[in-house]
Parts: sequence; structure tokens; C-alpha cells
Amino acid sequence: MALLEIDAVDAFYGDFQALFGLTLAVDEGHAVAVIGANGAGKSTLLKAVAGSVPTRSGCVRFDGTNLADVLSHRRVAAGISLVPEGRRIFNSLSVEENLRVGAFCERPGPWTLPKVYENFPMLERLAKRSAAKLSGGEQQALAIGRALMNNPRLLLLDEVSLGLAPAIVKSLYAVLPNIRQEGTTVLIVEQDVNQALAASDMAYCLLEGKVSLSGRASELSRAAISAAYFGSEVHT
Amino acid sequence: MNWIQAAISGVLLGGLYALYATGLSLSFGVMRLINLAHGDLAVMAAFLSSTLVLSFGGSPFWTILVLMPVGFGVGVLLQKVVFDRLVGVDPAFQIVATFGLSIVIQNALLKVYTADRRALDIGPLKTKAFKIAEVSIGLFPLLRFVVAVLVLVSLSLFLGRTSTGRAFRATSDDPEAARLMGINSRAIYMIASGIAVSTVFLAGIFSGAQTNFASSDGPGLLIFAFEAVIIGGLGSLWGTLAGGIALGLAQTLGAEQFTDWPAQLFGHVLFLIVLAVRPNGLFGRAEA
Repeated sequence: MALLEIDAVDAFYGDFQALFGLTLAVDEGHAVAVIGANGAGKSTLLKAVAGSVPTRSGCVRFDGTNLADVLSHRRVAAGISLVPEGRRIFNSLSVEENLRVGAFCERPGPWTLPKVYENFPMLERLAKRSAAKLSGGEQQALAIGRALMNNPRLLLLDEVSLGLAPAIVKSLYAVLPNIRQEGTTVLIVEQDVNQALAASDMAYCLLEGKVSLSGRASELSRAAISAAYFGSEVHT
Repeated sequence: MNWIQAAISGVLLGGLYALYATGLSLSFGVMRLINLAHGDLAVMAAFLSSTLVLSFGGSPFWTILVLMPVGFGVGVLLQKVVFDRLVGVDPAFQIVATFGLSIVIQNALLKVYTADRRALDIGPLKTKAFKIAEVSIGLFPLLRFVVAVLVLVSLSLFLGRTSTGRAFRATSDDPEAARLMGINSRAIYMIASGIAVSTVFLAGIFSGAQTNFASSDGPGLLIFAFEAVIIGGLGSLWGTLAGGIALGLAQTLGAEQFTDWPAQLFGHVLFLIVLAVRPNGLFGRAEA
């Protein structure tokens, strides 16, 4: 059984429908990439899993449990952590306090303050600094570290690369193997297709709120991805 | 020597104002909520204390031990029934709803306790004073000041050092991101309102022991609390203490200089000057 099952889900922002009968599954221990153009519904998908966007029909199941009536803060306690788009760092807290807030649910597991610092050494140097004073890359590292402090079973990464220099993106993705080594399942939403495919086992491409392509990340052809990404006709 | 005397009285009076303002400052800091019934809750506490003393005897001080937990419960209940609907929506709704709550509490008090003024009797402590050099310091105002500082110190330790305190500050920064950390923002708001009402209950009892009170006094007390918060700076607890002290000093020093004028006037003038010159308050964050 898959750790996360999304079954024919419709999701809305007010009257605007963002997901149309979306179906996908993520197996435990896997890293799955969700790629697609702006507005394809990638972030909405993650928000529907985290509980900050309601689903109207269909079903989101985590470890076999239907999440329909589970409030977002309870989903975190169940082991779903979202690294949100735009990082959403707590600006009036220090770096270390941000990380400690991440451990609010006190879920047991391998991720502790020293282990996060070991993986993101720059955060240790900045521990006492106000999080508002961090650079974009440092804030993104903090957002990932903060989510790891929950010891999640499922880590949702939303646009980690957004607005960051390629070298910084590379250094952030370099931590992913260490995260997966602890058995954490990862769902990656990215606009940077190469980065996303390189980091994952499975990939789904979204187009206008539906899955337009899925398969093993290593086996998808550039032509098929390009067609699924932009919605153009393709004959293979 | 009169000036020193007035200054000391002002600082000690400021402790009471800070105690009034603590809950207002906390509610605003955590959930951007301004409760216009804040002063009426203080008056309610003074009446409840007087009822307890009349029924069971003793000094009003023991009623604090009962009424502070009751205040916490009242705060939680108000949060569930009223305030939860006002967080994150147009502030106009807060004004209308809490103003309505203020009228409801005033009329309920009028119905139960009539329009008569009451006082809480703390016996000889009320007038006891000791002298340092030529300056006389009232024991009760000093006690009140110390209690106010203790409340602010413990609240600040709670916010700064505990896991729940961090959750308060995270929720204040970004409630949605806080939920993504597993923090139940509604529970945080309930605790915040519980603490807010509990501290204003304490302020109401201390105030009722100093001066007599009536069912319609709430809005007047709200103004002092409001002025202390604004002078000190929104969302800053230490600012609130400083704001309370500044308000107390303005009143006693102003009255010392212009003996014919009502003392409160000088507090209002200070408030207006701060609002015009430093709208973020003495200790407010620039972006607040």
C-alpha cells in the first residue's frame, strides 16, 4: 500500500478550481517529483495534502487513513511536513527558535537540532540570529531544517529552488539523500525539471490540474515531458 | 521634595495601568484583537470579589486565588463564543462585537449590582506607608506595582522560554505557517484570551481595593489600558510596563504642577503627543 494516495481529488480556491480529479500515489521510502508549468496545480496539490486547501471530492489517504476530517495541525502530528512556498520563516524568532518550533509535536526520530546543524552547517553559525536577517538560501535551508525537526514520514517540498542561485539550489538538494536515508518519503514540487527528475524515483507531470504524464523519473523522454508540460500534441 | 513624591506615586500608579494593559497588549500581539470590553471585565472582577467577600468573609486578597482561574475560564469561553469569529477578519467587526460585549457586561452588572458604588475593603493596608527620607511610599501601591512587574516577568519568561511561548510568537508572526508546524492556533488564541482576562481580573481587584467602583466604570478603565499599550508600543510587553509608568507619571507630575486640573488630563495629553510624534510607541517595532 502506498504511503500517500490521492484519489480523484478536486480542489478549489474559492470558485476557482485548481485540481480536476487528480490521482497519484507515493510509495513509502520513495522520492516523487511533481513537475508542471505555473498554475498547473502543483502547489495546490501539496496544500491539499497538508490541509491548508480543502478538497471537495475525491480522497486523500495517508498511511491508509482518510484525511478529509483531519485538521492541518493534526496532519503534522501524524507525520506530514510541508516546506511551504515562500519559506514562511517566523521572522521575530531566532534561527534556533524556528527549528525548535518545528519540533512542536515532539515526534520521535533521528532529526534533532545537532543533526539539522550537521546537514546545514550555515544554520549553526547563525543559530542566535534573527531569522528575518537571513539570505534567501539560508531561509530555505532553515525552512527545510524546521520541517525535518518534526521527523516527518512524508516531507513535502514546495519550489525549493525558487529565486535561488543554482549553486545554492545544488547544495540544498545535496541534503536530500541524507533525508531519504532515514526512510523519509519525499514529494518534490519543482519548476526546475532537471533538478526534480535527478532527485526522484517517480515523476508526475501536471497540466491544468490533471496528471498529464507519469513514470519512472529515469525513463521519461525529453519529448514526452515537453509535450506533457506544455500540453502540445505529441506522437511517440 | 514634592516632585520626588509625585514621581514615586506616578511610577507606582503606572504598575496598575500596566496590569490593566497586559491582557490588551497580549491579545493584540498574538491575534491582532482589540477587546473593547476589557475594562468592563475588570469591573466585573471587582464586583465578583466583593460578592465573595460578603458571602464568605475575609480579605479581598484570597478571592484573587479563585477569580484568576475563573477569569482564565471566562477568557477561554469568550474566545470560543465571540473572539474566534473576529480574528483575521475586518477590524470593524472587532470594534462592533466587543463594543456590544462591553454594553452587555455593563448592563448585566447594573442589573445584578444596581448603580451603587462599591469598594473592596483591605483594612489598614490601604493607608499604611513608610518613609524614606521625607518621601512617603504607600505599602499597597508598592505591593500592586511589585505584583504587576511579577506578572509581566512571568509572562515574558513564558513567551521567551517555553515551547508554548514560542508557539505564541510563531502564531503571532504567521498563523498559517504555525499550523504547518502542528500548532493549533485556535488553542493558542484560547490560552491568550484566558491569560488576558485572568490578568485584567487581577487588575480589577487591585483597583477596586484602592478606589470604589460602579457598573459603568469599564470604558474609563479601558482608556487607561489602551493608552498604556499605545504609549509603550503595540505588542511589546516591556513597552506596556513602560507605557503604564509613563501614563502614571504624566498624571501625578501634571497634577503636581497644575493643581486645578484633573490628573487624568495629563495622561491623555501624553497619549496624544506620543500618537502624533511616535505612533509606534516608545518601544514599538517600526513595522507594527
